[in-house]
Amino acid sequence: MDLLNALVTFANFVFVPAVAYGSQLALGALGVTLIYGILRFSNFAHGETMSFGTAITIMATWGLQAAGVTAGPLPTALIALPIGIGATILLVLGTDRAVYRFYRDRKAAPVILVIVSMGVMFIMSAIVRFLVGVEDIQFADGERMLVSARDFKTWTGLEEGLAIRTTQVITVVVAAVAVALLFWFLNRTRTGKSMRAFSDNEDLALLSGINPDRVVAVTWILVAALATTAGVLYGLDKSFKAFTYFQLLLPIFASAVVGGLGNPLGAIAGGFVIAFSEVMVTYAWKQVVAYASFGAWAPDGLLQLMSTEYKFAVSFAILIIVLLFKPTGLFKGQSV
Amino acid sequence: MKKLLLAGSAMVLMTPAAFAQDTSPGDGPKIGIILGFTGPLESITPFMAQAAEVAIAEVNAAGGILDGQQVTSERADSTCIDAAAATAAAEGLVNAGVDAFMGADCSGVTSAVLTNVAVPNGIGMISPSATSPGLSTAEDNGLFFRTAPSDARQGQVMTDILNDRGVKEVALTYTNNDYGKGLADSFTQAYTSSGGRIAITAAHEDGKADYSAEVASLAASGADILVVAGYTDQGGRGIIQNALDTGAFETFVLPDGMIGQDIVDVLGDGLSTSFGQYPGTDSPGAARFQEIATGESFDGTSAFAPESYDAAALIMLAMEAAGSADSADWSKKVEELANAPGEQILPGELSKALDLIRQGQDIDYVGATAVELIGAGESAGNYREVEFKDGQIVTIAFR
Repeated sequence: MDLLNALVTFANFVFVPAVAYGSQLALGALGVTLIYGILRFSNFAHGETMSFGTAITIMATWGLQAAGVTAGPLPTALIALPIGIGATILLVLGTDRAVYRFYRDRKAAPVILVIVSMGVMFIMSAIVRFLVGVEDIQFADGERMLVSARDFKTWTGLEEGLAIRTTQVITVVVAAVAVALLFWFLNRTRTGKSMRAFSDNEDLALLSGINPDRVVAVTWILVAALATTAGVLYGLDKSFKAFTYFQLLLPIFASAVVGGLGNPLGAIAGGFVIAFSEVMVTYAWKQVVAYASFGAWAPDGLLQLMSTEYKFAVSFAILIIVLLFKPTGLFKGQSV
Repeated sequence: MKKLLLAGSAMVLMTPAAFAQDTSPGDGPKIGIILGFTGPLESITPFMAQAAEVAIAEVNAAGGILDGQQVTSERADSTCIDAAAATAAAEGLVNAGVDAFMGADCSGVTSAVLTNVAVPNGIGMISPSATSPGLSTAEDNGLFFRTAPSDARQGQVMTDILNDRGVKEVALTYTNNDYGKGLADSFTQAYTSSGGRIAITAAHEDGKADYSAEVASLAASGADILVVAGYTDQGGRGIIQNALDTGAFETFVLPDGMIGQDIVDVLGDGLSTSFGQYPGTDSPGAARFQEIATGESFDGTSAFAPESYDAAALIMLAMEAAGSADSADWSKKVEELANAPGEQILPGELSKALDLIRQGQDIDYVGATAVELIGAGESAGNYREVEFKDGQIVTIAFR
């Protein structure tokens, strides 16, 4: 019983939240890593791209709700998601045509593109603020909890509760589907293969007749879809606030770099590494230990390795350790 | 659509500020409104600035100050979090010829603007919302005031409320900035010396991705009640939401930064056993200010909007009383005007106040927040003790 309590406490406060957060980071990091792999620069506007897609999805959600359309127990935003993705595709393709193409044509150094992407970031963040404002927006509807802590306690008779939000399950499922589709596309389709060829060796790819404009366009479309999905899932699970999406950039970049920039598999692993380490290193293990030792050892202290304010130091520390000892990331990516 | 209208009206409101930039320095008294229009407080600062501009418009409608000169204002962005950006913005205002600062908002940038710009240039400032106890002892040459109380007072009030309710142990989380840290420190001191126990203290960062780690640690401490010294639309709310979802806590103690209608709307029944306190009085001024705000169609209940009105009003009244827009002169008059004795002045009565000052009579500016300046020129601090019932913030008592 006590062992079960320990497991449930661990699942409730560490495993479930970290898996959901990790999935959101992984989707975000996939977008960053695709751009790095194929367009060869770090896209600082990625957080704002997520934010823009989410903003459009929120407005579409409001429209659907006003028209009386809902998805029953699921959030309406899932129906509105394609609209958000469509708008984001138009935005990034437009940005590429108006801004990035100019620098790509003159073969600008990656660092210039990074600075350019920061400019794009500021413009996008202003657009988002004009569209939906700066306030915190909750747009999740439908059933909020799949399993609530109180119900779980009544069912099982355990002392500790386990809570699973509907949005957490949706996040993991949608992320899995999106990743599966992406890998199928990259590995099985002609366009996907041409993208990988372009990423591996640009000159060789061009020689073999791959159309670079098409590769770039497809990349942006994929990135827009991934970013919007990540942003909407994140917003559903927590809430939407323009400022928060800007802050998401750091853990997302950490995930992409830790996994190996340019390596999609690495981006996913990186997302989970960052999410789990953020939660686990700062978790106070007191209760879990007390249960697991059958109450024999109830520590006075909190058994906390690090106070939670150092949560982000954990991401940074992992980032630096990886860059020092394995500059190409855990999975073989490109070195930064 | 609502948001579009909001954005549209925000643009219309920005226009007077843009016009104000055209006035050259020396064209009459000018107030620099320096608040975090971007950054963590961007959701409440528009209302704060608007409240200050309403006070300025009221004075101008009454014929202005200092022999009928119209008061102008200019907005600048303090960013709330970036001291360097706030300093640059404040220097920009100095170059634009401001005679006073209404701001800044967050305690950290307020301290930066005070030390780097206000004191060296000899410009007086009244902050409507910086509540860090550290500012009480800042080197200010008598130029700094605030219409918000120091959190040292709030820590004591919160301790009293907890003790009256018989709470002996709490967990504490605070937003990791000057406000959160200052409040957490003053509360820790007051609560532990009154015999209470704080099981764990964990900071949280605002605007971050995820608060699972913080809630997990707080829950592991074994305390049943969580004190959340954060912001309503920031990490504080994220923490509460997460704690409710995971069943970690059911009762929360909410200080001023955490209380707003929006959090009640979002969390609903989740707050049914929670309580808190925020600056407020039962003085008629508060209600009067709401009427004015409603008339100008902005949210007067928004945090620190009333304090902003009072800050701007005090600056202008002090200028009139000193007969000069020079900070060295008007800053000496602020405390005298804000405190008794004298005829009480409520929001909307600035015209009457100016008349009384011109007649050489004493006034006691009460304003929207029952302003009473103590110590180093900061609000004495009246608090409402509140509970949350059926989606409403219900005032239980005044302290």
